[in-house]
Amino acid sequence: MSLSKVAAKAFMPSAVRTFASSAVARDVNITLHPQSFEAYKCDAPSLELTLKKEELVHMYNSMVTMRRMEMASDALYKAKLIRGFCHLCTGQEAVAVGMETALTEKDKIITAYRCHGFTYMRGGSITSILAELLGRKAGISGGKGGSMHMFTPNFFGGNGIVGAQVPLGAGIAFAQKYLGEKAATFALYGDGASNQGQVFEAYNMAKLWDLPCVFVCENNRYGMGTAANRSSANTSYFKRGDYIPGVKVNGMDVLAVHQAVAYAKEWTVSGKGPLLLEMETYRYGGHSMSDPGTTYRTREEIQHMRSNNDPITGLKQRMLDFGVVTEEELKAIDKAARAEVDKAVEESKASPEPDVDQLFTQIYIKGTEVPHIRGREPEEGIRF
Amino acid sequence: MASLIRSARLASNAIFQQRLPAKLLHTSAKSHYAAANSPPPAEGFMPGVANSKLIKHTQHDALRNPELASVANGETKKMNLFQSVNDAMAIALATDDTACVFGEDVAFGGVFRCTMGLSETFGRDRVFNTPLTEQGIAGFAIGMAAMGSTAIAEIQFADYIFPAFDQIVNEAAKYRYRSGGEFNVGGLTFRTPCGAVGHGGHYHSQHPEAYFAHTPGIKVVVPRSPIQAKGLLLASIRDRNPVVFMEPKILYRAAVEQVPVGDYELPLGKAEILQQGKDLTIVGWGAQLYVLENAIQLAQKRMPGLSVELIDLRSILPWDVETVCNSVNKTGRLLIAHEASKTQGFAAEIAATVQERCFLRLESPIERICSFDTPFPLIFEKFYVPDMIRCAEGIERAMKF
Ligand SMILES: Cc1ncc(C[n+]2csc(CCOP(=O)(O)OP(=O)(O)O)c2C)c(N)n1
Ligand SMILES: [Mg+2]
Repeated sequence: MSLSKVAAKAFMPSAVRTFASSAVARDVNITLHPQSFEAYKCDAPSLELTLKKEELVHMYNSMVTMRRMEMASDALYKAKLIRGFCHLCTGQEAVAVGMETALTEKDKIITAYRCHGFTYMRGGSITSILAELLGRKAGISGGKGGSMHMFTPNFFGGNGIVGAQVPLGAGIAFAQKYLGEKAATFALYGDGASNQGQVFEAYNMAKLWDLPCVFVCENNRYGMGTAANRSSANTSYFKRGDYIPGVKVNGMDVLAVHQAVAYAKEWTVSGKGPLLLEMETYRYGGHSMSDPGTTYRTREEIQHMRSNNDPITGLKQRMLDFGVVTEEELKAIDKAARAEVDKAVEESKASPEPDVDQLFTQIYIKGTEVPHIRGREPEEGIRF
Repeated sequence: MASLIRSARLASNAIFQQRLPAKLLHTSAKSHYAAANSPPPAEGFMPGVANSKLIKHTQHDALRNPELASVANGETKKMNLFQSVNDAMAIALATDDTACVFGEDVAFGGVFRCTMGLSETFGRDRVFNTPLTEQGIAGFAIGMAAMGSTAIAEIQFADYIFPAFDQIVNEAAKYRYRSGGEFNVGGLTFRTPCGAVGHGGHYHSQHPEAYFAHTPGIKVVVPRSPIQAKGLLLASIRDRNPVVFMEPKILYRAAVEQVPVGDYELPLGKAEILQQGKDLTIVGWGAQLYVLENAIQLAQKRMPGLSVELIDLRSILPWDVETVCNSVNKTGRLLIAHEASKTQGFAAEIAATVQERCFLRLESPIERICSFDTPFPLIFEKFYVPDMIRCAEGIERAMKF
């Protein structure tokens, strides 16, 4: 979503609004780290980019808010208010944020179950995300789905079956092409998911028909407890499209992600067919809430990533180096993000559970339901 | 609708429980969460199973079973269901050089710890992790079994078996038939955890036995307890047909039994009568049996003297028509309960066969107490599943018809 459109949305955090209005728009010329990209069968994206100060602030604010939101989810889960399977994206914020800032509303995204961050970036309010996790009426899916089932008009979810979303991405891209939209689909999956057969089936269709589909592998080094090199014969995920060019991206640097996604979009919308992006990233927490995340990797490894590669700290440092913000301004953003999430926690907790008749709705489109969804006895089902 | 909402609320806010003496119920009011900060385990809780009369708490109780004659003089050991599944696989690996165990994360013990320690004992070449590739796992297992080897494949959750569905239905089930007996995959077993756990939502809760029961060429088995799981799993592994073995995951740690440590098998295709009775036959399998046990107690409270015959079907395909029909011919009434949704659930098959075989003996319509015909819900799970109250009401309805 472009920044101006984002700013108009209700979910736009207040801190950024104040900030943006008080700031003089100015361009910041950025040179990315030379090792930000590695290309396969294509040129690497340029290391030079120019962003506006507000864009940088927006990126920072989004990542900070996202992390706060996931911390709140974690706490709500531990307080036993959230139940079910819940996968947090803490550590991987740069992927969702850098991607969104390079896309427009016309572009589509589909991903797996680690979807809270994408939902937020695609316009889902924090309250609607937390309420969904809590199984409340105010949830983005009416409280019927929970953690893995979040959607917005240009975000196709939120999918619990590993790998299943990838061919859907190819289909969405085909429809975009068919409808003549100058837009792309970004289909995300993990290093573990990359081994599902349907991922390769999707690659083939996308290349065969030159679909505007960008396959994005979020390589966070593990699929549950299995390290990438134990599951994948080739861990250069950006090369696994064989006949599809690819770029490996430092997925812990939001600016590199932004640049690579802009490049990929341009590539595929210009008719060159699909592209693979491999985002090298890292999840700080366990796979899901029931995994402490420390049995198959060392605490030192996690600590190392947190202290040396954190996407938020990284961007913060660069913004200070560019001289576009002060420590105080960043602190104000942090504080506002925290307040916003705290407020959303209260709002979502205040929302009631969905009505019981919701159990029976949205199975078939209204008016074409089987005449009777049945229960144990006639009056327990629902007649349409 | 209003009545549904009312009855759902009734069940949820435990008014019902207040009307019952606490000792009638296996559930106790205390919290079942362990440490304050630990999340609920993936397999959920089914409190009270540990106190069930269906669980064999003593060695004497366990070994009285004539089906365990081969190990009647042997040792028993306390095991819960994941441990007994583990024990069965250890025996299979020790007694069959061709046997291998594989699946996602199984070398580390698997999500539910069923394969704990096996790779250490039997080596990483026999107990190994696969990539995340259900269709691949299934096809790979079929190929291995076609070579005459014993393939014990784990599908991490039954909800994830669908990418492998084609391989199971089209390749595994038909190999013998379509090769005119040249090849078969008799050494093939798929183990997969199934069923509701209280918080699993759409993709960690399903109980898909009926899909597989529609497939001639495979067998489908669902155990109810540690002793049963060990014997049925060993039989499934050694049976010369491919078997889908569904483990109700809520039972993994719900109770311990005195499980014979020796090598034993329990028969496939054979139901077990858990409780003799003369007024009503009740058929269930897996975790639902514990719900039924409670429902029977509740119904007996309301209808003193009620005598119920409770049958654990154990094998869904082939299922034990004789035992069920003999029972219905005796009682004249049948209730079937399962966690999967009602339409085309396996209860439908049982009901159809029973009306053919026992038509003149039936004294009331066959009751099917199942989940609703909706996707497995997250937030509405306790309204969705056929709980004790629904089952008890079904019993009453059948008796008062
Ligand atoms: C078809 C299917 N198989 C297995 C699972 C269980 N499962 C959920 S996530 C996961 C690991 C996926 O790892 P990866 O693709 O690397 O994504 P990450 O969790 O690291 O984001 C597994 C095995 C599932 N949800 N669906
Ligand atoms: Mg991963």
